[in-house]
Amino acid sequence: MASRAVALIPALLALIVVALTLGSAAVTAVWGGGGGLGPADWAALRFTLLQAALSAAVSALLAVPLARALVRRRFAGRGLLLRLMAAPFLLPVVVAVLGLLAVFGRSGPVNSLLAVLGLPALSVFGLHGVVLAHVFLNLPLVTRMLVHGWQAIPAERFRLAQALGMGPGPQFRHLELPMLRATLPGAAALVFLLCLTSFAVALTLGGGPKASTVELAIYQALRFDFLPGKAATLAAVQFALCATVTLAAMRLARVEGFGAGLGREVEMPAPGGWRRGVDALMIVLAAGFLLAPLLAVVWRGAPGLVALPSSVGWAAARSLVVAVLSAVLAAVAALVLVQARVAGRRWAELAAMLPLAASGLVMGTGLFLLVQPVAPVERLALPVTMLVNATLALPYLFRLLLPEALRLEADYVRLAESLSLRGAARLRLLVLPRLARPLGFGTGLAAALSMGDLGVIALFAGERGVTLPLLVQRLTGAYRMEAAASAALLLVGLSFALFWLFDRWGARHAAA
Amino acid sequence: MKTLPLAAAVTCLATIAGAETPVLTVMTYDSFASEWGPGPAIEKGFEATCGCDLRFVTAGDGAALLARVQLEGTASEGDVVVGLDTNLTAAATASGLFAPHGQPAVTGLPVAWEDAQFLPFDWGWFAFVHDKAKLPNPPASLEALAASDVKILIQDPRSSTPGLGLVMWVKAAYGDRAPEIWAALADNIVTVTPGWSEAYGMFLEGEADMVLSYTTSPAYHLIAESDDSKAAAPFAEGHYLQVEVAGLLAGSDQPELGKAFLAYLVGDAAQSVIPTTNWMYPANVPAAGLPEGFGTLIQPAKSLLFSSDEAGALREAAVAEWQAALSR
Repeated sequence: MASRAVALIPALLALIVVALTLGSAAVTAVWGGGGGLGPADWAALRFTLLQAALSAAVSALLAVPLARALVRRRFAGRGLLLRLMAAPFLLPVVVAVLGLLAVFGRSGPVNSLLAVLGLPALSVFGLHGVVLAHVFLNLPLVTRMLVHGWQAIPAERFRLAQALGMGPGPQFRHLELPMLRATLPGAAALVFLLCLTSFAVALTLGGGPKASTVELAIYQALRFDFLPGKAATLAAVQFALCATVTLAAMRLARVEGFGAGLGREVEMPAPGGWRRGVDALMIVLAAGFLLAPLLAVVWRGAPGLVALPSSVGWAAARSLVVAVLSAVLAAVAALVLVQARVAGRRWAELAAMLPLAASGLVMGTGLFLLVQPVAPVERLALPVTMLVNATLALPYLFRLLLPEALRLEADYVRLAESLSLRGAARLRLLVLPRLARPLGFGTGLAAALSMGDLGVIALFAGERGVTLPLLVQRLTGAYRMEAAASAALLLVGLSFALFWLFDRWGARHAAA
Repeated sequence: MKTLPLAAAVTCLATIAGAETPVLTVMTYDSFASEWGPGPAIEKGFEATCGCDLRFVTAGDGAALLARVQLEGTASEGDVVVGLDTNLTAAATASGLFAPHGQPAVTGLPVAWEDAQFLPFDWGWFAFVHDKAKLPNPPASLEALAASDVKILIQDPRSSTPGLGLVMWVKAAYGDRAPEIWAALADNIVTVTPGWSEAYGMFLEGEADMVLSYTTSPAYHLIAESDDSKAAAPFAEGHYLQVEVAGLLAGSDQPELGKAFLAYLVGDAAQSVIPTTNWMYPANVPAAGLPEGFGTLIQPAKSLLFSSDEAGALREAAVAEWQAALSR
């Protein structure tokens, strides 16, 4: 009886996610009536697909050599670099764009250097600018996912490969390629889905209405034309795309157990010669590309930090509470759904990936319509934000946990069964220690994303309940660009601190 | 109606606590109610006289505000809406959610204004702002700008109020020639941002020579930062106006209090706060005059403004023209 009730939990969770994503869109559709799409919407759809595909492809292609170099090379500051490199993904989009512009913009160092060399100036506006920004934001995520993948290859396999006299080539084919085949499609699909709902990056750097995305069309339908029905139709198109891509990625990703190892830290052979040079170059270039805009954000924001208004403290505290609670909520939900997926229930994966295609705006509007007759929306602003942020973070956590969980199952299931290790004991003794690393990383990610999220709170917030991102927006709206830069730096700092704490927890509790 | 017990309890408590003082709920856009906007001073000033509790409920900008008013419909707790503009009032009237404001006409607008439902509380001219040192000779008209190689930042009319203002500006100045002007402007546009603050921030970082903003923007730099390097360029075609209005919600349970608030909003106390918090011109010039620094601003000879009905009828086609011209 009790075990049957426990078995229902994942299904219940999946239902909640579906209700929050598809359900909120349905409410919006019912409320507003349906709506047809015009030629501009189809053009937006084409551009959305193009930029998302390019962003995913470039991110994935660059991440493979970068992650490989980071795994097999040892150098001073490697751990710090690995953590810092996650930072771009944690940046609020507007901050990231300003950071990129400070480096690649008209008066940035890159163009100054080009001018000194007598070369024509580089413009970051256009499709290439959109892809540049998306790669900047997402390369760290894919790289970390691949680093986890490499680290999950048992050290014994590499030793065996060396004992058999395998060079880097055969070793890549027999050990690393299977891992990549299991991890890369999911990672690329994640980036693709992320870029699918891009709004501010595409619009700000796209250079004009050529670069309209579906999310912008939703924004327009909802805010300007007030056609909630049309917004819901567009949201349905996004859902359909998301489902297709997720299913395709599921087909592509093949999991192969390596057989269990002793779980030692990877000691991947580090070949010398030209390979060493290429690895070093890859690391230096990526570090420069990912860290320079961050440095610009610090540079712009640091001077005004001491002069920040006192309201920043409360906003920061509110944001921290929302971030931690929603991250923990997302982590628990992801663990439950991952276990269900490992047990062969494919719908769990689909449910977990759904929120990626959810338009925050449509979700917020649907919830607004649901909440409003029940209670004043301002009172529920923070709980609703928490719930929505947890839902939006679920796909990342799920995606990070799944490959490890599947490998764990493939490698240890027989052992666990023969020891009758089940239920809570299995979770505590086997699953959690093995998943601690991606779990810590993913929970940190969820906390940081929630910290920087502006979407839902903007729709619900009243006079009270202002969060840090909302405060940053209010500062920029009041001409206070410098104070906004400082508040944004504080936001980035806090996001990163949260991420760091969770990530360290994961690394510390990982089975050694 | 089914109600969550907790929510009901919370509402009950709030009702008991607030039984003595009536609550006036003012719906407005974010930057109006923020601590740097006119909201706090107006709240304090009005509460001192009304014996009530003024509460702000906010939405991102004017368009989001109207969307929220429409989403809440007749169930809204709101009494007064502050911060729509002439591009939104047609839709706001059509929603049937607003009641006559019953206030005498304001006197500080550069154009004649008559509207029984919407009361102007501030206004401004859209303009391209530049740095006087970096661009000493700015173009003198939209057409000259289009013919020049001056780089500009503008906002998207589908998500931003100034962005839509520029589309209306070109339409009001050039009518059927608007697509031609946009086609000529295309190579001047560095990028189109979702909102005003992204474009303005990028302009301050040096990404373009000029940015679409208001003639009053240089006053902020002058008064708040003692920086006189910014100026707005006067354009020969005239400048399109943004008139920000307030209205009374028909579903309000405090209509008298709402009217008292509207009277306060266009009265001397509130109007003298607006120039240096909202950085717009007051709808009624305060007795003490405009703040020092406003005298240095350009005064366009000609003001352009479509009526609410015209704007409502033109908007979709004008935005489509903009989109078609810039998508080529």
